[in-house]
Amino acid sequence: MKPKDNDLLLHDHNQDGVDRRGFLKCMAWAGTGALCVLSGGVLKSYSLSRLSDLPAGHAKSDFSFVQISDSHMGFNKAANPDVVGTLNTAVQKINALPVAPQFLLHTGDVSHLSKPEEFDAVDQILKSCVAKDVHYVPGEHDFIGDDGKQFLDRYGKNAKGSGWYSFDQKGVHFVGLVNVMNLKAGGLGSLGNEQLEWLEADVKHLSKSTPIVVFAHIPLWSVYPQWGWGTDDGAQALSYMKKFGSVTVLNGHIHQTMQKVEGNITFHTAASTAFPQPHPGQADSPGPMKVPAEQLRSILGITDVNFIRGKHALGIVDSNLV
Amino acid sequence: MKGKLELRITVAAIALFGLAVLGKVSTIHAQTAPSTGSEVKIDNFTFAPKDLTIAAGTMVRWINRDDIPHTVVSDDKTTFKSKALDTDDSFSYTFTKPGTYSYFCSIHPKMTAKVIVQ
Repeated sequence: MKPKDNDLLLHDHNQDGVDRRGFLKCMAWAGTGALCVLSGGVLKSYSLSRLSDLPAGHAKSDFSFVQISDSHMGFNKAANPDVVGTLNTAVQKINALPVAPQFLLHTGDVSHLSKPEEFDAVDQILKSCVAKDVHYVPGEHDFIGDDGKQFLDRYGKNAKGSGWYSFDQKGVHFVGLVNVMNLKAGGLGSLGNEQLEWLEADVKHLSKSTPIVVFAHIPLWSVYPQWGWGTDDGAQALSYMKKFGSVTVLNGHIHQTMQKVEGNITFHTAASTAFPQPHPGQADSPGPMKVPAEQLRSILGITDVNFIRGKHALGIVDSNLV
Repeated sequence: MKGKLELRITVAAIALFGLAVLGKVSTIHAQTAPSTGSEVKIDNFTFAPKDLTIAAGTMVRWINRDDIPHTVVSDDKTTFKSKALDTDDSFSYTFTKPGTYSYFCSIHPKMTAKVIVQ
């Protein structure tokens, strides 16, 4: 396959014969309700409305998890006066997935104003999710007024510093990073030296065939710096992952799905469950974007991630809340 | 004659005293009520005006008209620091010392501005 001069297309680094251009094209369909399944190196797509057509055991994945993001509990302006309702819809979507996820990753902005009742409300709603384990990383809205004390008390029991940690699941190494602490005037997201040193040591002795999943709120790559959509020292963090065959970076913050592949790293951002934001440069500012009420749920969403042992790339599927 | 002189001196003294008191009163007024308040409007992830020039002793009031919360924090994070301001919330700070005070929104750090105090 001839590599094209486009950073969305890449060489077949998995040597598994998967046409990445087709894979990414399929990702775009996912926003309108298609399920792309990478199984045994073959890419197939199914309309979400015809999930019953899927052959039994189609997923053949060792496990899957779901990423949700930016629930902004407490937001009540025109872009979405009912963030409770849309989060509930997201939970229903998760509960209806053909294969129940092992756990959820919440990539931050759980609350809108770091108020206790906002965190409580999210906890309550997630109780009805089929996945009982939830791993969180904070967004900047979760660290308002108390440097994250509340957030860490609730969700950071085994975390270090401002809330970073790692864990393993079925041979996949997950790393949760915090890039919303101590933000400087005019700056982007920031990890800081202490966290970077921890990260370097954390992955140093893992074998290069260990699949890595890194999750953090603000994108670790430069999506749109003018709007703060990037991390000042993100490249440093990613440099520690060079040796690994498969690295997946999952972020939130920008309230829209975006995907980019660069060498061994697949970057993916999730939609919000609360309100959408404009595409880079398509508006004066990155604030909540109002859409006709009947369209709202089609641009909010969840991300289902499937891990198939032996295949380097994780199967990442976005679906909306319609 | 002596009585008249005494009277004049007394009147002069009272007059001087009166002027002094008046002078003090007007000074007190200037300290408790700044001559002009100044307002910064926060909207669309922007502080407007971005550069605000004021006289020392002026109180500045920031009002958030955006549909997302913002904060007003001096670059050094200690000189002034507001709580999270939701839509229609406001924060005030009186600048007493001349200088240039750069500040930003700690939630959205790309939002920067400054107050120049003369």
